[in-house]
Parts: sequence; C-alpha cells; structure tokens
Amino acid sequence: MTLSHDVLIVGGGGAGLRAAIAVAEDDPRLTVAIVSKVYPMRSHTVSAEGGAAAVIRPDDSLDEHAYDTISGGDWLCAQDAVEVFVKEAPEELLRLEHWGCPWSREPDGRVAVRPFGGMKRMRTWFAADKTGFHLLHTLFQTSLRYERIARYDEWYVTRLLVDDGRVAGVVAVELMSGRIEAITAKAVILCTGGCGQIYPFTTNAAIKTGDGMGLAYRAGAPLKDMEFVQYHPTGLPFTGILITEAARAEGGWLINKDGYRYLQDYDLGTPSPTPVLRSMELGPRDRLSQAFVQEVEKGRTVDTPYGPIVHLDLRHLGETVIDARLPFVRELCRSYENIDPVRELIPVRPVVHYMMGGVHTDIYGSTPLEGLFAAGEVACVSINGANRLGSNSLPELLVFGARAGRAAASFASGVQGAGTSVRPAVRAQVEDERRRLERDLLQRDGGKEPISAIREEMRATMEEGAGIYRSGSSLAKAADRLSVLQERFRSVRLEDRSRTFNTELLAALELSFMLDVAESIVHCALRREESRGAHQRVDFPARDDHRFLANSLVYRDADGSRRVEYPPVTITRWPPGERVYGR
Amino acid sequence: MADRIILRVTRYRPESDTEPTTQEHEIPLRKEWSVLDGLNHIKDHLDGTLSYRWSCRMGVCGSCGMTVNGEPKLTCATFLGDYAPGPVRVEPLSNFPVVRDLVVDIGDFMRKLPRVKPWLIRSEQEPPAAGEYPQLPAEREEYEQFSMCINCMLCYAACPVYALDEEFLGPAAIALAQRYNLDSRDQGASERTDVLSAAEGIWACTFVGECSAVCPKDVDPAGAIQRYKFTAAMDSLKALLLPRGAR
Repeated sequence: MTLSHDVLIVGGGGAGLRAAIAVAEDDPRLTVAIVSKVYPMRSHTVSAEGGAAAVIRPDDSLDEHAYDTISGGDWLCAQDAVEVFVKEAPEELLRLEHWGCPWSREPDGRVAVRPFGGMKRMRTWFAADKTGFHLLHTLFQTSLRYERIARYDEWYVTRLLVDDGRVAGVVAVELMSGRIEAITAKAVILCTGGCGQIYPFTTNAAIKTGDGMGLAYRAGAPLKDMEFVQYHPTGLPFTGILITEAARAEGGWLINKDGYRYLQDYDLGTPSPTPVLRSMELGPRDRLSQAFVQEVEKGRTVDTPYGPIVHLDLRHLGETVIDARLPFVRELCRSYENIDPVRELIPVRPVVHYMMGGVHTDIYGSTPLEGLFAAGEVACVSINGANRLGSNSLPELLVFGARAGRAAASFASGVQGAGTSVRPAVRAQVEDERRRLERDLLQRDGGKEPISAIREEMRATMEEGAGIYRSGSSLAKAADRLSVLQERFRSVRLEDRSRTFNTELLAALELSFMLDVAESIVHCALRREESRGAHQRVDFPARDDHRFLANSLVYRDADGSRRVEYPPVTITRWPPGERVYGR
Repeated sequence: MADRIILRVTRYRPESDTEPTTQEHEIPLRKEWSVLDGLNHIKDHLDGTLSYRWSCRMGVCGSCGMTVNGEPKLTCATFLGDYAPGPVRVEPLSNFPVVRDLVVDIGDFMRKLPRVKPWLIRSEQEPPAAGEYPQLPAEREEYEQFSMCINCMLCYAACPVYALDEEFLGPAAIALAQRYNLDSRDQGASERTDVLSAAEGIWACTFVGECSAVCPKDVDPAGAIQRYKFTAAMDSLKALLLPRGAR
C-alpha cells in the first residue's frame, strides 16, 4: 500500500496547522495530511506565553512595526519579508479571533494589547500569559472542522524523498507499531520548529530537536543564518522554564545581587518606575542576555548550585495585576521554585530560546529544493534577522504558515500525474532508508556509545563554544569536538529491539539530526567574523556591514562537505543604522 | 532527606510480555527533581528501553500523565521529594489500553473530540477585515476556565463512569463543548445538543467529581457537566411548557 497526499505537512504545531487549513481552504480537490511526532496539541507552540504582535491601534503603523523588527534584527532581516509580515499579521490574528482564540480584552470588548521588548508601540496581543497554548488549541480544534485534513499522529519522519531534484514525499515510522512507510506527496511543508535541545539549558520542549532542519539539510536545501541563536534573558534556573517577557512588559525589574537595575549600565536607558517602551527591561533580548554575562564578569550576580543568576522583581505589581495578567508566571514559580512572585524575587538567567536561522525560504515559504516548503521556527524567511523581537514568532508562524500552505497547494495543483506511481529512484531511497533504520539501528549489535553521553557532550560543546559570546578559538574547538561526536555516533548503542513505541530509536534519530544542525551553527558562526545581534564574537566585536551585511547560506553537498554562501541582505526602505534603545 | 529513592516502574512490552511487570530502580533524590526527572535519569543512565511520553516539562503540553502512587498526575509537575522516603510507584494511566510500559492509547479521546464540535460556530462567518467580534472581559471569564484544558487525560483516568463505559464522552470533551457553548461569540450550542444530551453524554455522569479533583489546571469538568445538565433540563422543560414560538 502506498500512502499518498498532494500536500504533506511535517509538524502539527502552529505553523503546520495553519498551513493545513490554508491548503484545505485553498483548493478542495487537494488532499492534505499532517505528520507529527506528537499529537498536534502537544506541539511546542503550546509553551509560548507572552503574546503575538500585530498593528491594531490607530496610534501605530505598519512602518513602525517594520522598523522595530528590522532594527531589533540588527539589519539582517529581509525587508521585503518584514513588509509582508507586518501587513498580514493583523489579519491573521483577527482570523484567530474569529476562530475563537480567547484574546484578553479591554473593558469595552476590543482586543487588548500590551508592551513588549524592542517594540516602540503597544501592539502585542495576548491571552493572559498562555498565548501559545490558546493559539495552538484554537488552531487544532478549528482544524478538526476540516475532515479532509488527514493526520498521522505520532509518526516520525526520518528522511525526505527526492526525485530528480524535486521532493517526492517522506519516509516515516509509526511509533505505535514501528512500521516504516513511504508517504509520497507532490509538495512537502516542513513545520517542525526549532532545535533548543542542542544546548544544555533551554526553554524548548524535549521534542525540539531540529528534525526539519536536519531533513532539509540532508536533502540538499540550504540552512540560513544558523549562527544566530536567541538566549531569552529570563529562564528559571535548573529547569530552564521560560518566565515571559510580559513579566517585564507589565512592569517587572531586573536587578543584580545589590538590588540594582543593572541594565542602566549597558546603554539601554535610565530606570523609571513604570515601563518605557524600547528601554531598560523592554530592550531587545540579545542585549539583555549580553548584559547578564557582563554582570557575571563584574561579580554582581548571585551564585547558586545552578550557576549565577539575577533577580526578576514583580513584587511592586501586586497580586491583582499578577493574577490577571501573569497567572502562569505565578503558577510556574510556585510549582518549580517554591516561591511566590507576589512576595518574593524570581531567580532568572539567560536560556536558549529560539533559532533565528533555519531552512532558507522566500516570502512564499518556498525553499530552493523544488516542492519543499517551510514555515515557522524551522524556516528562515528572515523576518528575525540577527535577533528576533519577542511576540513576533506567533504571528510569523501564522502569516508564513498560511503563505506556505497556499504556495504548496498551488505548486501541487500544477504537478502532473498521480502520486501513486512511485518511480524506481524513489523506491530505492525508501529501501535504503528502511535498511538504515532496521539493520543499522534497530538490529545492530556491539554499539558502545550511549545516546545520553553523546547528547550531553554535544550540549556542553555548544554552550562552551557557541554561547552568548563566542570566539574563533572557542568555535574551532567546538567544530573539532562535534566531528568527534559524529564519529562516536556511528557506534551508538541501542538496546531496545522492540517495534512498539521505541523511544530509544527515536532519541537516536533525533540526536543524529541535532549533531548535523549543531555543526551548521558552529561552522556558520566561525565564518562570520563580526558581531551582530545574537552573534557576538569577542575577537570581532563590531558589526561589519562591509563584509557581512549578508545572510549565511550553508549547504551540505552530496559528499558530506559544507559550503557557505553570502547573498546580500534584501534592503527595501530602511538602510542600516545604529540600534538605539533608551535614548 | 535521604539522598536516594526507589522508583517502581511498570514495564510492558507487548512482543515479549504476557502481562505487565514491575521494575525497581534506585535513583538520586534531589529536591528539585520531578517524577519525570527520575524517569529521565533511568532512561539516560540505567535502562534505555523504558518508554514514556513527555515534552514541555512545564505542565502545559499534557503529554506526561501517569499514575503516581495510585493517583493520576502530570509527572513533570509532581515532585519526588513529596514522596520521600519512597518507594514511588509509577504506572500507566488507568482506563486506557496500555501500548507499552507507561505509554497508553488515547485514540478513543481523539476520535470523540471532533464529535462535540470544539470550534466556534457562527451562522455567518465574517471576514477578518470586519474586525474582532467584541467580547467583554466578563463574557470572556464565563468560559475561560473551561478553555484551560490541556487534554492530559488525567480526568479520564480518574473517572469511574469511563472505567465502566468507554462510550461515555468523558469529562474533557464535555468541558470543551461547554467552553464553546458559553463563549459569547459562539452560535452553535444547538449543534452540540444531540451529542451532549445522548445517553453516553452528560447523563452518563453520576457526578462523582473525581475529574475535577485530579485536574492539574482547575478546569472543573464536573462543574461543566452539572451546568450543562441544568441547561438541558431547562430546555426540555421549556419545550414542554411553552408554545413553539416562545422558545
């Protein structure tokens, strides 16, 4: 039996669900399916807290949202993509409202907005501090209206099938039964999210292992701007659980061990009792995380068993505001830190949160590999540049999920021939993949390298070599260590021979993707000899527009070698300038 | 506090086991470790073949529901220290077929979900450009609690009715139907009546209230069911007493 659909979406989070609905609405003749390694409502979109940005107020404008985004991204954003993004974001958020998303409201019944980091106007829509949860469940529940959206829940895609330069589908394992199947398709949309699990300390869920980036990279599609890894300034120590930026937007302060609002020492403005937009605690995430490292070096942080921390102070907001606007923050602090932010300081430190880089796409979500599309965090359409602004990622996955869905639908409509006849070249790839999974992994004997040992060493390597601050030597060392880990992975140990819900096999496959993605990050970071946004090189501390006003495109060639190209950044109306916050 | 604790974990591999067995592991007891951290320690360092679901480890994705010392719990939000000196028993959720080890089959719930039409129904769908459907903060509060369900299945595991009758729609699905019924923007309550008022809908519930007791998000499905029973009873009374035009 051949499983076949016109459009196949890998990943059932916000971007994947939005894309699926777009396909279903676009052309009723097309068949569409979502393959996801978890049930869609388990996807990591669920963990987003603070909000979703889109211009809605009369005192705001699309140009201002665009400027905030581009300056926030240190001028690495594709400005044509940003213009599309800010223009379509309001419509997408309104559509979510019409689908039932419980956005928080003003007293008069209009949708409420709150301030957010790096944004000059109030434009961040929110559903208390569970915005991602509500957005994901609204999308998932709405998707159930469309009986034509087929789902492969708890199937794991291990490989993209490519036929003569064009995507032909995927190979996937059904976790419940262990059966390995080809699912053919005329178009494939990757919506698998990010890869925070490459690092030891991350807000990202366990499932965020860079699968889609790895799939695309191995199939020959380039990854873009992988060196730009966002550290969110406020994660809980030990768990890495996110304390939303909304906590600062509502008026929270970051203080060091002396109770001093240290951000005033880092060209981010002067403290005031109430929040000021684009200033102090509402500066961009890259600058705030960098300021933390400087405070550590000055000896002004608090030492804990889990490393240095600073404090987030919400006490002056009062119980009423905290319960109305930040209930999840209070719940998380109580559960995981045994503290009550109404009365106590929250210990926080920077934590890996988001990949600005990803699979290179144009503004239609189309990748250079024909028939392959991508949207959401897995993709890099370049609206985030060198540093994403908080609350831009949720509208991004809606705008570009929908665009990728429509583009994939249109592409699939134009492909001749039924997907049922599988060409010999594709069949050979399927057999090859089956062999790799069954013989090389499931039935292998004598593997000696534990999965967890390789994974832990990869994570330590990335934090030490490619963290908030990097250098040529730290990155070169990381590159060497990663190639040793790649070698060790070839003799990875698998003890679980079962076909039924084999999570050890899953962990091995995820680790393999993570190693490839980690290498792409390190190699791009090594080649970018400047500091821009989230990529800070201590040996090249200045931004260098002469050499690097360009995106990094890394390819993996058929022989396994890497190649990096630097196409110039698309500039439309905002020439590169200085990033100014708080002055 | 002792620095070690025993975890007794249910194992079941359908290819080789005829029935579930219990495996015992001694693991470090650290004050900030959740039960899930304990399971991850086993998987990473003691026995890589243990299978269970987890993801966000912050109590919002709903993946890691298991039975801990006899009670349905989110293992990422349940702490080992609270069970010291142990041992701690970790079993799969009750009332579901076991797939393997601590993994259960929730397909039944996934098939029931669309039957309650958990989406906003409007007689006329307006384009986004028409602006938002207004909703006062008080109107939002009406359904907010029922919108907090993370589909973690703890309520199904605790429900004595579902244990006996798998046809029962169950707490989370009914609460979700009420979430939309009570949303001031929704006009689809009548389309959900047949499913909710059927024998395996609300009337199957004997109001034991276990669902609300175990809910990690305070959704109160039992309250949702009671409330709908009242609505349904009033509707049928009205149908009896009032002339057709007045309903």
